[in-house]
Amino acid sequence: MTKVVGKPLKRKEDPKLITGNGQFTDDIKLTGMLYMAVKRSQHAHARIKRISVDAALKLPGVVAVYTGKDVQDKIKPIRSIWLVPGCDLIAKDRVPLAVDKVNYTGEAVAVVIAESRYLASDALDLIDVVYEELPAVVHQEAAIEGSAPVIYNDVPGNVAFTWKAGEVPEEVFANAEVVVKQRFYEQRVAANPMETRGAVAQYNPGSGELTLWCTSQNPHIHRLQYSEALGISETKLRIIAPDVGGGFGAKIAVYTEEALAAFAAMDLKQPVKWIEDRQEHFLATSHARDQVITTELAGTKDGKILAIRTRNVASLGAYLSTMGAGVPTIDFGLMVTGAYTIPYAQAETIGVYTNTTPTDAYRGAGKPEASYQIERIVSLFAEKIGMDPVEVRRKNLVQKGSFPYTNPMGCNYDSGDYQKVLEQALEAAGYAGLRKEQEEARKNGRLLGIGISTYVELCGLGPSAVAGAIGFGGGLYENCTVRVHPSGKVTVLTGASPHGQGEGTTFAQVVAEKFGIPIEDVELFHGDTHMISMGWGTYGSRTTPVAGGALAIAADRVIEKAIKIAAHELEVSPEELKFEDGAFMVKGDPDKKRTFKEIAWSANNAWNLPAGVEPALEGQCFFDPPDFVYPFGAHICVVEVDPDTGVVDLKKYVSVDDVGRILNPLIVEGQVHGGLAQGIGQALWEQTVYSEKGQLLSGTFMDYAMPKAKFFPMIESSFVESPSPVNPLGAKGVGETGTTAAPSAVVNAVMDALKPYGVVDLEMPLTPEKVWKAIQKGRAVK
Amino acid sequence: MIPVSFDYVRAASIPEAIQLLKNSNGEGKLIAGGHSLVPLMKFRLSNPGTLIDISDVNEMKGVGIVGSRLVVGALTTHAEVAEDTAVLAHLPVLAEAAKQIGDMQVRNKGTVGGNIAHADPSADLPAVALALDAVVHLTGEDGEEKVPIQEFLLGPFITSLPETSVVTAISFAVPPAGTQSTYLKYFHPASGYAVVGVCAVGGKTAEGLVNHVRIGITGAGDCAFRTEQAEKFLFGKPATLENIKQAASLAAADGDMGEDLFASSEYRAHLCKVYTERALRKVLG
Ligand SMILES: Cc1cc2nc3c(=O)[nH]c(=O)nc-3n(C[C@H](O)[C@H](O)[C@H](O)COP(=O)(O)OP(=O)(O)OC[C@H]3O[C@@H](n4cnc5c(N)ncnc54)[C@H](O)[C@@H]3O)c2cc1C
Repeated sequence: MTKVVGKPLKRKEDPKLITGNGQFTDDIKLTGMLYMAVKRSQHAHARIKRISVDAALKLPGVVAVYTGKDVQDKIKPIRSIWLVPGCDLIAKDRVPLAVDKVNYTGEAVAVVIAESRYLASDALDLIDVVYEELPAVVHQEAAIEGSAPVIYNDVPGNVAFTWKAGEVPEEVFANAEVVVKQRFYEQRVAANPMETRGAVAQYNPGSGELTLWCTSQNPHIHRLQYSEALGISETKLRIIAPDVGGGFGAKIAVYTEEALAAFAAMDLKQPVKWIEDRQEHFLATSHARDQVITTELAGTKDGKILAIRTRNVASLGAYLSTMGAGVPTIDFGLMVTGAYTIPYAQAETIGVYTNTTPTDAYRGAGKPEASYQIERIVSLFAEKIGMDPVEVRRKNLVQKGSFPYTNPMGCNYDSGDYQKVLEQALEAAGYAGLRKEQEEARKNGRLLGIGISTYVELCGLGPSAVAGAIGFGGGLYENCTVRVHPSGKVTVLTGASPHGQGEGTTFAQVVAEKFGIPIEDVELFHGDTHMISMGWGTYGSRTTPVAGGALAIAADRVIEKAIKIAAHELEVSPEELKFEDGAFMVKGDPDKKRTFKEIAWSANNAWNLPAGVEPALEGQCFFDPPDFVYPFGAHICVVEVDPDTGVVDLKKYVSVDDVGRILNPLIVEGQVHGGLAQGIGQALWEQTVYSEKGQLLSGTFMDYAMPKAKFFPMIESSFVESPSPVNPLGAKGVGETGTTAAPSAVVNAVMDALKPYGVVDLEMPLTPEKVWKAIQKGRAVK
Repeated sequence: MIPVSFDYVRAASIPEAIQLLKNSNGEGKLIAGGHSLVPLMKFRLSNPGTLIDISDVNEMKGVGIVGSRLVVGALTTHAEVAEDTAVLAHLPVLAEAAKQIGDMQVRNKGTVGGNIAHADPSADLPAVALALDAVVHLTGEDGEEKVPIQEFLLGPFITSLPETSVVTAISFAVPPAGTQSTYLKYFHPASGYAVVGVCAVGGKTAEGLVNHVRIGITGAGDCAFRTEQAEKFLFGKPATLENIKQAASLAAADGDMGEDLFASSEYRAHLCKVYTERALRKVLG
């Protein structure tokens, strides 16, 4: 067979994107299109006394203004779809527009529909909202103190839920030789995809059909939710996610602005466009992380870890977002023991409402937080018992041969050789040499630090039965149709919704190799609920493991049928044929053959099909994986801290990842690099900051430090491939490795560098001033 | 991030620009590269009624040597400055600073005149201008005027520029032969502007006594400033490490330190010291 799987092919989808020929939501222009702009609250917590819209309505070119009162009976609140069971969850749904009270800065209070985007923006200034300010509560630890203002009367103490999993018998900690305890803060960050959110809504009053183009990672979830909110049948609502310029989790959530644009289009019977600007994006699109995690580790003096106990106080923001409850509970709590064989584990998460933008998934979603606390505490444990952090990891990593390994929370790590990956990373980084170099550097007052992270993450969401059990309001199978046209060209349709991950190329590679045809002959189609029967979308590193599984099976179904047709034409039994390099050949008589292209034509013209075989050539599969996948990796980071300024210089970053079978190493490496940029970004620069009164202080790129290419050294990435047994391609998912691994690798490195000053922990991001102050303090103590 | 509506006109000459400013009754604003003004307009922090585009005025472009000064036309872009042969020959520090401004797109559009006229407290060129005794050339209703940089920059985004005047050029003193100069910048990780930027020019006699020292600092506070106390301390003294350190410890004394999410005033003052020391070691070492 033509070998294309595993080749570093350039992405098929890039030429159009880099030549400006992509078709994003904002590129859609319809006749008679109106524009929506959103009036947002400037207060974090306030009662709405009065809204006057008359002046705005009088502005020539303004077509309509809607307030919360206008739409409250017409658009239902948007439900969160992940109602985690067993934790007394009180879900506060996003309302389309605030009616009596605003609960975070940036919450929508009214929308203007006008003939141009400029007029709509001007009209916002003419809407007068009179507020009565209420005390705001911004930080989750303060929010659960008795004296804190309460956001919802029926949510005492602002506690949305208290979730628990696992149990560590008290005597394990009481009798432990060593106990290490540390409080970590996973700061609030924002995904900031290059394309902000947006929507174009078109209503056909004749058919009653509504088409909504929007920036979605999961159009079918959006269809389900918006059909409910707007009271439209799913048969009449078509969601199209055209080219989507990155999502990183922020475009999973179902928001209200898109529903408002859709409502306005129906109400006015004219197309309506809304494009979020960057300032709005900072306020209105989900934030992430914001978890205060206290971790305790019980261990032995010789480095064996006995138990992990965590308490996570997580800020949900002012409303429960689409996956808001699942991230700090299931996604975090089930993975608190990381890549180690730890007998006991216990996790508790308190979900807290605060007067801030709702939080939801962001690249990794819960796993980066889980990985951070375990990787940091393991390094602190090593420090405490005077053992090299590598040695402690060697001692506790899940051993080769024990896969599938079931962790104390019940997760079945699928496959791998964790030791081998670690040794490969140590070798690539020259670990022994680095420690010598560090010793020398320290003698000269130079602060060199080496950080290690051996992470594992739960990916490839997931078996639908598990989804049901954990309160996820939907399935997590995925769908692929492989449609062979009369010419032998192939369209693949998937329910996943890639938005930069490169499946247009990798899926084409799989099909091309299976059918023995050029990859140019294969096109991937996705993101249209009228064309694709069902799907759950792209997130949780699931597209290749789950949708790719459906793809492989669907393609095999095509081959199965094609063999029957070829055998019929060649007048042999199907068993007498073999399929190789795009040809069905009679075994032992390879000249007697039919090409894939010929059979595509035969199947589609149906002139001469075997009995019982239907016309056309199409395979479909709804693949529901038997379990999750668990990418593993060892990352090593080397930093040098400038003692005069506290600036952290990234000198070296080595990653070795086992992401299962690799379909395209170029794309996989790109995913690793991108994830690392965001993971290192969280460690060193990124931070969403509110004032005490709930004003967003980091609301532009002048203050929110998105990492730039020049901040990074060359990343030395390599891979070990242990195929996953839970899907046909053996893939494990690679999209979230970087954000999961990097924060702890970097922080461990900086803490190692600061060891001469007795620094134990600093909160991310490790900004130079913070590091400098820690050095000053260390000097004073010395 | 949508500006309010505005009129747009192009000026073909300096007198026309002045006339158009006069006609706009205080509602007009010049636009050169637009890379400082347009962002402010998008935030609706600046809402000019009329934009007067001066980017066609060729007499305000280019670099020349006039006596012992290098004259840079106001419309010369940062990218042009960074590669200009006269700049590289006579004032390489100006190119060194220009290269550190923003990114390539910004340098291709942003102008030297706009940078100085905008008086952004974190912009790079004010530090260089201060250390090189720059003079701002203005033309207004009453003719031409030359204003020393220290009298031009008054505060954050505040200058002494009259409402109907145009900055036509900036002239920089070419430092005496034998001096060295440098611009060291601590980049803000979000904006890329200077958290602290130090431009130092220094020279010493054959005996090692400091006979020329100018230090301009930007970014640290509300307005770029010259570190007169540090300069005074060092002038005439041996250029020893000890003296440099002592001078550097005075670096923040002449400025008001600012504060943002990224860096407190305490840290900024400290950075003034560290970067001044590093710059002085480079030019006097
Ligand atoms: C992403 C980005 C990054 C940047 N990074 C940096 C950086 O690191 N360091 C830095 O120093 N700068 C930086 N800048 C700013 C850039 O250097 C400035 O835009 C530029 O120098 C100002 O020149 P301009 O031609 O764009 O001015 P404009 O934006 O056109 O004008 C700015 C102001 O000056 C006035 N003005 C302009 N020309 C004249 C004139 N001839 N006479 C009188 N008034 C005039 C205008 O009326 C306006 O008020 C950055 C800008 C951007 C967008």
